[in-house]
Amino acid sequence: MKASFKKTLKQAATVALSAAMTLGLAGQAVAKEDPLKVAFVYVGPVSDAGWTFGHDEGRKEMIEKLEGKVETTFVESVAEGADAARVIRKLAQQGNDLIFTTSFGFMNPTLKVAKQFPKVKFHHATGYKRSDNVSTYAARFYEGRYVTGLIAGKMTKSNVIGYVGSFPIPEVVQGINAFTLGLKETNPDATVKVVWINSWYDPAKEREAAEALIAQGADIINQHTDSPAPVQAAQDKGVFAFGYDTDMAKFGPDAHLTGSLVHWGDYYADVAKSVLNDNWEANDTWGGINTGMVKMAPYNKAIPADVVALAEKARAGIASGDLVIFEGPIKAQDGSEKVADGVKLEDKDILSMNWYVQGVEGKLPTN
Amino acid sequence: MITLPFSLPQLERRQQDSNLFRYLSPVLAIALTLLSGALIFLWQGQDPVEGLYTFFILPINDSYGLAELCIKAAPMLLCATGLALCFRANIWNIGAEGQLLMGALFGSWAALQVMDNEGTWPLAVALFSGSVAGLLWAGIPAVLRNHFNTNEILTTIMLNYVALNLLLWAVHGPLKDPDGFNFPESALFEASVTLPVILEGTRLHIGALFALLAVSVVWVLLSRTFIGFQLKVIGMDASAGRFAGYKEKALVYFALLTCGTLAGLAGASEVTGPIGQLVPSVSPGYGYAAIIVAFLGRLHPVGIVLASLLMALVYMGGEMGQINLGLPLALGSLFQGMLLFYLLMSDVLISYRLVWKKRPQTNTQHSAVQEGV
Repeated sequence: MKASFKKTLKQAATVALSAAMTLGLAGQAVAKEDPLKVAFVYVGPVSDAGWTFGHDEGRKEMIEKLEGKVETTFVESVAEGADAARVIRKLAQQGNDLIFTTSFGFMNPTLKVAKQFPKVKFHHATGYKRSDNVSTYAARFYEGRYVTGLIAGKMTKSNVIGYVGSFPIPEVVQGINAFTLGLKETNPDATVKVVWINSWYDPAKEREAAEALIAQGADIINQHTDSPAPVQAAQDKGVFAFGYDTDMAKFGPDAHLTGSLVHWGDYYADVAKSVLNDNWEANDTWGGINTGMVKMAPYNKAIPADVVALAEKARAGIASGDLVIFEGPIKAQDGSEKVADGVKLEDKDILSMNWYVQGVEGKLPTN
Repeated sequence: MITLPFSLPQLERRQQDSNLFRYLSPVLAIALTLLSGALIFLWQGQDPVEGLYTFFILPINDSYGLAELCIKAAPMLLCATGLALCFRANIWNIGAEGQLLMGALFGSWAALQVMDNEGTWPLAVALFSGSVAGLLWAGIPAVLRNHFNTNEILTTIMLNYVALNLLLWAVHGPLKDPDGFNFPESALFEASVTLPVILEGTRLHIGALFALLAVSVVWVLLSRTFIGFQLKVIGMDASAGRFAGYKEKALVYFALLTCGTLAGLAGASEVTGPIGQLVPSVSPGYGYAAIIVAFLGRLHPVGIVLASLLMALVYMGGEMGQINLGLPLALGSLFQGMLLFYLLMSDVLISYRLVWKKRPQTNTQHSAVQEGV
């Protein structure tokens, strides 16, 4: 008796609630079509102030640009193991038309789910596998990192730069190499020390790594991890740092020189528009400074004006295509010629980069 | 010492523990968790009925959801079953996580070696290798405890980190997919080393049955065999066990190695089941969650089955709450924390009761202990 009463109550509550929601929404939705349902799967928390935060800012920007035409859902801190496929599938099953999976570890789960939901469009960030309904996208982070390298060469006194790396995958290695090429351009004596933490987001480890590098003489810290912990460590120890993903200046006002920022909002809005206009196609997007996907954070006042001018010139050169970062001659770590004079590395070679340029210390863990 | 203006309640030993409540306390803990959860939903401006419904019913309201629940519960169940065996004997194995990871690592290694062959034997080889790896990994703390009197809590915890780093090394190095652009993942496993799906249209794999089988075997072992009896005796009073002539060292080996085998099997089942390749994040902490599961389930096989399903549900509820209600992910962890907190609280109150009384002026033995805290 009691149980059935409770059940009735619950049903009544559910009915009342859904009725209220329907009524409330019906008022707005009379003249419009159903909004496009877009979902995002994040590897970290939206509050990470880095990678995931950047994607979430992109999501918000997309909502703003396509006001009323999109409706979004996100799931944060999804583990890159067996759970990913369940979350992605659930989102597809719940009627999302477009799903962004924003970490490379979601690649195979995304493809598995995409096979079961051929009408849903998937976009996987930083991966290399595509299918009829799976696109991939990434940013040429390395372009911004080259610019930070130019600045680092001018700013370092100890000629040792510390680099907090996540995983030794091509995306990260490109960044280290581009940074080092920029560094060598302005300061041939400087070298780069890398510490791998094997995680995208682990503030404690990131900080530890940064502190270890500072203890080894680094007076500038660069990072390819997602939290501002390395910038904070640099601020506390009185050295400089470059942020990543988002403007991390507030975490180290004195330390933060600039950073290579990613800006996903335009891309997300364009993709959503193409779905709304029925001209979506699976493709691969690799945007850089020229498309506005990669930007530079505001320059710190500590950087002399001539160095800012140098950095801005390089940025403009990259945007116009006059400056090609991976253009020979490039020497490999051991001094041998890796890219001959005048040869430009093709995208496929950049995408599978697994070697260090000269000036990076230590051994790439995967070789 | 700070003197409080009011008197704190003190814990007083009850004359007798209630046997009824020893089994009811998990139920009570769940009820209190749900109640607190409802209040939190209210506070967050959510309808508590809808909130709890989304968290605990919606994830499993179709056959796919139920299958996912079993997939999620299976590795925790395997680990918790082995852990219960250890904990019954007062062997504090915190190393199920590491044993699971070694199982995943060597299961994957074997799978990659034999996956180009036809038939069912490649899968058997992969699962067997994973189990043996877990067994050997658990054997290290067993040897250390038996021959060097090392505390197994410390050794098993430390070996978890060693195992994780071995796995990371392997997935970044020798087991990395040669065609994978240097991404830290192994090649995708072929069908010959993939656990068969037992429910069409879902991911539910045969590994869930391994877990149920393991629970049944351990149940019989604990309740019907002499070795189970011996384990329980040395758990309650090791000296009594020695006095009775039980071979404590052999029992330590037995419990730890069994647990390692089961955890190793769990790891191998994850990589050959729902994941389908070796990745750096094989386990979101199943080996640690299994410790909660074992205690929530009162170290009893039936209880452990229920507890593992509940833990799996809380994980999935956290995802559902995010997808449907936009609730923060931390809510899922909050539910896990509350569950454990209320359980421990109920357990304390089974043996102790709260007494509000004026602090005695002269120190008795009892209050000295309290004040020491």
